[in-house]
Amino acid sequence: MYLQTLMEAGPVLLHASWTTLQISVLAILVGQLLGLPLAVARVTGPRYVKASIDVYVSFFRGVPLLVKILLIYYFLPGIGINVPPAVAAVLALGMASAAYVEEIYRATLSAIPTGQFEAAQMLQFSAFATWTRIVFPQALKNAVPALASEMITILKGSALVSVVGVAELTSSTEIIASENYRPMQMYLTAAAIYLLFTAVIETGSHRLEKRLSVGSR
Amino acid sequence: MELIEQYGPTFAKGLWMTVQCTLYGSALGLLLGMVIAFCSLSPYRWLKKAAALYVWLFRGTPFLIQLLIVYSGGPSIGIRLNAFAAGLLTLALFGSAYFSEIFRAGIAAINRGQIEAASCLGMSRTAIFMRIVCPPLFLTTMPMLVNTVISVLKETVVLSVIVVPELMYQIQTMAAETFAYIPAMLSMAILYWVLVEIIAQAGKRAEKHLGRYRH
Repeated sequence: MYLQTLMEAGPVLLHASWTTLQISVLAILVGQLLGLPLAVARVTGPRYVKASIDVYVSFFRGVPLLVKILLIYYFLPGIGINVPPAVAAVLALGMASAAYVEEIYRATLSAIPTGQFEAAQMLQFSAFATWTRIVFPQALKNAVPALASEMITILKGSALVSVVGVAELTSSTEIIASENYRPMQMYLTAAAIYLLFTAVIETGSHRLEKRLSVGSR
Repeated sequence: MELIEQYGPTFAKGLWMTVQCTLYGSALGLLLGMVIAFCSLSPYRWLKKAAALYVWLFRGTPFLIQLLIVYSGGPSIGIRLNAFAAGLLTLALFGSAYFSEIFRAGIAAINRGQIEAASCLGMSRTAIFMRIVCPPLFLTTMPMLVNTVISVLKETVVLSVIVVPELMYQIQTMAAETFAYIPAMLSMAILYWVLVEIIAQAGKRAEKHLGRYRH
């Protein structure tokens, strides 16, 4: 019974899982590309830059994800930018994630002792070399566990993208369930797929943590 | 402005519904979370495993999927709930997974000696729990508990998908009727932002209040 239902729904579910994966990965990339510079600016920038980043972070952490997705979905066409819903969704997830990523990197960046900056200066490191060879490797390493749980948050958040009509896992499952009248089986299957993705992120982060901890005291 | 006049009462109703969902959902979630925390700290291995599995399941899947399983999937195993009840139940289940992890860490951090001392002084088990375990437990975990209550508030928005008439649903309905999408979404964003700030401030107050138990 269940196997037959699954066989019928299989291709659609697979395709939808692929869409969920794409949206999540792209949103993670947007979050990282926005979040890391924001964190550096938050740690080193002048006061007004710090204040505006604080407002950005507070806003994006204080507003529910669904509201943010709809806001960006309606806002972009409103200012004359017409993009497909999937792009608006990735942008919304990514911008929301950037606020959390900024906080994660801010914590790990500020945890690096100032003595290291001074030592690097004494040893004639350029500012660029100080950041890329001394600061970032440590900050990124310490951020791994928090970043992994942020990735899981994005993966779970991508389910809400169904609201703007992107055919990802949740919305496709809803459609299938309304067609074959087996909502319980279908939603449990979708939940299992999400759990699989979560497990992959968890194991990946544990492995990475182990490998990166080799050189530490 | 006319929109606010016309839709003000529905918004107020929606806001009240959101507040109710957050309060009841968090309260149920806290209770359930406490039970699960005790399960995960119990000496029985199977109970520990079951608690860990519960937490992993509810933290590893999207809230929307959990909601759809309870609301749309429920009837096929004989559980028929209206949208409000299904929403509350899912909020409580979702919240409890996070609350239980917080309590687990908090209970593990409590000084065993205090509990032993209290039982030596002849305090009953309830009294030990209420007067010795709880105050420092809630003190140390308050910031994390408040964060989770905020997550619960933010997830109530998702209830609009199954037509619980909370704030999000009301504002979306208004937006659909008037085509004022951007003002609607902006005002909603600001409203939720304010709600989150209120909870965060209340949490800080509570922390200060509990601060007198600090030793």
